[in-house]
Amino acid sequence: MDQRLDRGHSTLTGTDQRTRTRLGIFLWGIPLVFLAVFFFLPLGRILWTALQAALKSTTIAFNIRQVSEPLWFTTWQAVLSTLLTLLLGLPAAYLFAHYAFKGKSTLKVLTTIPFILPTVVAAAGFNALLGPRGLVNLGLMHLFNLSSAPITFMNTLGAILLVHVFYNTTIIIRVVGSAWSQLDPRWEHSARVLGASRWQTLREVTIPLLRPSLLAAALLVFLFDFTSFGVILLVGGPHFTSLEVAIYQQVYSMLNLPLAGLLSVVQLACTFLVTLIYTRINGSRNIPLMPHLNSEGLRTAKTRSEKLFLHSMTTLLILLLTLPMLAMVLRSFLRLGADRGESGAVAIGFTLQYYQQLFINSNQSIFYVPPAQAAVNSLYYATITVILSIGLGLLATYAITRSARQARWLNTLITLPLGASAVTLGLGFLVTFNIPPFDPEHFPLLIPIAHTLVALPFVVRSVQPVLASIPASLRNAASVLGASSWKVWREVEFPIIGRAALVGAIFSFTISLGEFGATSFLARPDRPTLPIAIARYLSLPGDLNYGQALAMSTLLLLVCGLAIFMLEHIRLPGVSEI
Amino acid sequence: MKSKILSIVIILGLFSLALSACQTQSNGPTTLTIMTHDSFAASDSVIAAFEVANNAKLVFVKSGDAGAALNKAILTKDNPQADVFYGVDNTFLSRAISEGIYQAYASPVLTDIPEQYKLDATNQALPVDYSDVCVVYDKAYFVDHNLPVPQSLDDLTKSAYKNLLVMENPASSSTGLAFLLATIAQYGPDHYLDYWKQLKANGLVVVDGWETAYYTNFSGSSGKGAQPLVISYASDPAAEVINASSPVTDSPISSIIGKNMCFQQIEFVGILKGTEHLVLAQKFVDFMLSQQFQEDMPLQMYVYPVNSRAKLPDSFVKYAQVPEEPATLSPEVITANRDQWINDWTEAILH
Amino acid sequence: MPETHQLSVHEIKKTYEGQPLLNGVSFDVASGEVLCLLGRSGSGKSTLLRIIAGIENADSGLVCWDGKDLRGISTHLRRFGLMFQDYALFPHRNVAENVAFGLRMQGASRSEIEGRVSSVLEQVHMDKFALRSVTDLSGGEQQRVALARALAAAPRLLMLDEPLAALDRSLREQLQQELRDVLHRTGIPAIYVTHDQEEALALGDRMALLNQGEIVQNDIPEVLYRWPKNRWVAQFLGMQNFIEGRVTTIAPLHVQTAIGSFQASAAVENNFSIGEAVILVITPGTDLTSAGTTAINPLTGICKECLFKGEYYQVQLQLSNGESFLYYSNRAVKRHENVALWLPVQNVVCLKK
Repeated sequence: MDQRLDRGHSTLTGTDQRTRTRLGIFLWGIPLVFLAVFFFLPLGRILWTALQAALKSTTIAFNIRQVSEPLWFTTWQAVLSTLLTLLLGLPAAYLFAHYAFKGKSTLKVLTTIPFILPTVVAAAGFNALLGPRGLVNLGLMHLFNLSSAPITFMNTLGAILLVHVFYNTTIIIRVVGSAWSQLDPRWEHSARVLGASRWQTLREVTIPLLRPSLLAAALLVFLFDFTSFGVILLVGGPHFTSLEVAIYQQVYSMLNLPLAGLLSVVQLACTFLVTLIYTRINGSRNIPLMPHLNSEGLRTAKTRSEKLFLHSMTTLLILLLTLPMLAMVLRSFLRLGADRGESGAVAIGFTLQYYQQLFINSNQSIFYVPPAQAAVNSLYYATITVILSIGLGLLATYAITRSARQARWLNTLITLPLGASAVTLGLGFLVTFNIPPFDPEHFPLLIPIAHTLVALPFVVRSVQPVLASIPASLRNAASVLGASSWKVWREVEFPIIGRAALVGAIFSFTISLGEFGATSFLARPDRPTLPIAIARYLSLPGDLNYGQALAMSTLLLLVCGLAIFMLEHIRLPGVSEI
Repeated sequence: MKSKILSIVIILGLFSLALSACQTQSNGPTTLTIMTHDSFAASDSVIAAFEVANNAKLVFVKSGDAGAALNKAILTKDNPQADVFYGVDNTFLSRAISEGIYQAYASPVLTDIPEQYKLDATNQALPVDYSDVCVVYDKAYFVDHNLPVPQSLDDLTKSAYKNLLVMENPASSSTGLAFLLATIAQYGPDHYLDYWKQLKANGLVVVDGWETAYYTNFSGSSGKGAQPLVISYASDPAAEVINASSPVTDSPISSIIGKNMCFQQIEFVGILKGTEHLVLAQKFVDFMLSQQFQEDMPLQMYVYPVNSRAKLPDSFVKYAQVPEEPATLSPEVITANRDQWINDWTEAILH
Repeated sequence: MPETHQLSVHEIKKTYEGQPLLNGVSFDVASGEVLCLLGRSGSGKSTLLRIIAGIENADSGLVCWDGKDLRGISTHLRRFGLMFQDYALFPHRNVAENVAFGLRMQGASRSEIEGRVSSVLEQVHMDKFALRSVTDLSGGEQQRVALARALAAAPRLLMLDEPLAALDRSLREQLQQELRDVLHRTGIPAIYVTHDQEEALALGDRMALLNQGEIVQNDIPEVLYRWPKNRWVAQFLGMQNFIEGRVTTIAPLHVQTAIGSFQASAAVENNFSIGEAVILVITPGTDLTSAGTTAINPLTGICKECLFKGEYYQVQLQLSNGESFLYYSNRAVKRHENVALWLPVQNVVCLKK
């Protein structure tokens, strides 16, 4: 396929060698500088404090167990979560890849919402459904006249695992499902005709061909579970300490920064390893995918067992994915208990007061500003994050597309913050940028910058494949027809990558809106973000606080849902997922 | 090249945003920011009195439980987020002093305060109030279930009280830490963990902070939770009476004040180093130690005033309980071992 | 005497997305036969093969092998072979492993597999490539491996779905020859799907034309070219000269057209009635420039275009009624030259309109 060689060269292959080099430096220099200052520098500082811990080990009291125990817990809960996610995700991927059924696109959107949902909202949702004051428990208590909540869900290992599955099933569905649906069905047909039964076909042909996608998806899920912070903190409670939670605790409870630094280094080493393996597997995912019409290869469920599979799978997915959110939305309109310190009879019923309270900041309230202000702050940060990540992302994408040699390491560098965990990022910023004027007080852009670091890989991953797929012949045709290189960019490339950039923008917007880990280290009390506000209100007792937390979560859910809806409708043809 | 223009636009945008973000307020009353823990409360009228008298606007930033709030103050001590910090107690005091977050201020009102509360000779942290951390119980629960009320620390390990006790994480909650210190005073540093392991085997519930323990887990307050035994304050019985929606003659809850079952907690205020409003901050500290504020505190925060001139309200005298033999540990011992004890306890009980 | 087997396909119906795709397809293939299934793209040829293989199910109809209904017999038990246009070689296995796949599924022993694989690879001249990765091969080499893979499993029926379409012309012709040899040597009944009638002529013993979901005509190539059943068949087979007219006499068949009266022939003579509107199609084959012994069916026109085609000249005439007429000549004709042709009766076939 000679065409393959022509692809990937962008407009920016100038003929003049000096322009080329200068342009090249400009292109990958800026993202590199950004990464160096805002990622590697803070990481270096953390490493330095950790070294100090090791050197001054007589004064700083810690034993190896304070590192090994969180590490062990983090690892096995991530493995367990990944396995469970595969258990649900693989049949779901099979369903999406092979069957057409009513409501399929809605279900697909539904499975994606958790991924973009902030952890605090998920915690709020599960709390509203299965928590001690949640709908299920209250309902059961009412039905059977019990005095205490029968179901203990929150603060258990099961809760952590379940919420992880809730979050990451969509990765399996999208990555494996997409590869599966694009797998040339003729391979399976050939195998069948040559005498392989269904199981033999699965074992001999399907799984080996799917293996790269399977591994990539599983690794990504493992990475997200390994660096999970909000879930373990909010849903797990004080009994479960992952590496991230340990870092947070050592900073905010024990004030043991050196130990926190050491934990960060361990965390970084693990996630770096996993990220490295992931990018290598992703790079070798070159089983030729067969682009075909969307509906080709899909069948409707006909036999009894097919229908049973279809219905039970969709029911399971809907239950898992919608119930917590529905409970949360419902609960935000219901008054079911007493406020903090309120005695006497409680008026149970439908109410809008939680939403109204969001705009009020009483003198003695928990918060410095009315919660609605937190929403405004979040939107403000999100907008800046989009601008930064799109700008840097485009530069990086062009840099990657220009030269295959630079591509691999630049790509890996950009993906690193994804695995580096928000908590480590936050800690790094905290210990690096604390001298005025480069401190969170005077440099409020620190938060959007932290968000940009997390969002950048998504932007690059959205735009880069599209850019790489533009054949040189398209640009050459435009040139021959008289377009200058700037015009070629504007008329040919920009419209094509514009949509991909929009996808990337939506990703970074929602990531910024929901970011919790890094922001919890960096947010000043006078500039809270929505997830911080939600977490704060969730941890405080009383119905009013709980209701407000759920009301804010519902609003955040709405915004994320809207973003997903837009994402689904700008889906780019032929782009492999994640 | 479009990307060049784009990046220039971005950089310009960044600068303008940064500039706009740096603008500070001007004119009008001076704002004084006081960082406190979550349980801070004061009457509107008392606050207003200070604001009017000093042309000031008081902003209270609640920053979590006492331990967490202190750590945040320490982490940001190079550019403090507030002018005054209230909420450090005697268990965490040494950490605050050694990290040097305060600047000394010998308030003239200190003369009204007895020596026993002035734990900081350098006057960086000035005492404001005190209370006793004890085991508080819900009377109705024990009556309904025909259970005798536990009378000693050992009683709490009995199987009759399985799953009935809720405790705050001493790593982040000063209340929890205070009770932990009481058990250390009772059982000694070598055996206290055995006691706690017995409690853990008996279904001890651990939560992060006092607010959650009292208002969510405790069955005797608004949360109507599952645990009738909570580590809380001996002044809570008075609080429940004062807060009742209809008048009651007796408090629905009570504290267990046996030997070594309570630990006295003194809370301090201090002016943060680097404040831009030193004079106003000093005035506020004076105000907190003054009779007006001190007499307002019992009904707002359910704590005892340190100012010997302040009069206690009647309901407080009637319903608040005073332990006769509170547990004590010397501040030096606490300073030397606190972090180690917290780590050991966390390892033994939470993992 | 060697065993003979037969595949029968009877009234296969299938709809696709609500539209009818196959509308009652029936044909037979027996041992020693290569049936070429011809049709435009999208006419359902591939679907038909998949139905026969058992990968898809027909809405109604029968697929029988030696008279036994195959419905309910799973694909992997039918022992049919299927070759695809893009070969569908397993990319994660090398050449030898690909070829051995069917034998492994049948549970053959290692030595059996090795022996058979090497003999089959020799047959297709790919024995030196046994350990190569399939993604390294060229198109022609991949096609040979695909053939070897299908043959190695000793199928009872071989189905080939446009296997040579992706190759360039010379390679295609070479492989056509090799395929023909292999098919005739093994004697396995084969269905060869293509849209190229030249390829069908090269490979097929019989040709079946599929249009609008039905087999329009199913016969040996000579019959199809001699007696196309209707205009569609004629056009599909490449005939371009059609003249409309009305029947004036039957036996002998005379048709009056705008450019004169012609004596025509028909597969079934008394199928027509006087006055019926018909179409005459001029079938290919003979030299139209010689008058022959009888000099009937004259046709005159002016040369519009004369293209040299290597072995002959393609001449386009403009007839008196303005329409074009295409014929082949072995001498050049000048533009605007007057040309007189004589159409042999057997090449003027009368078709129903």
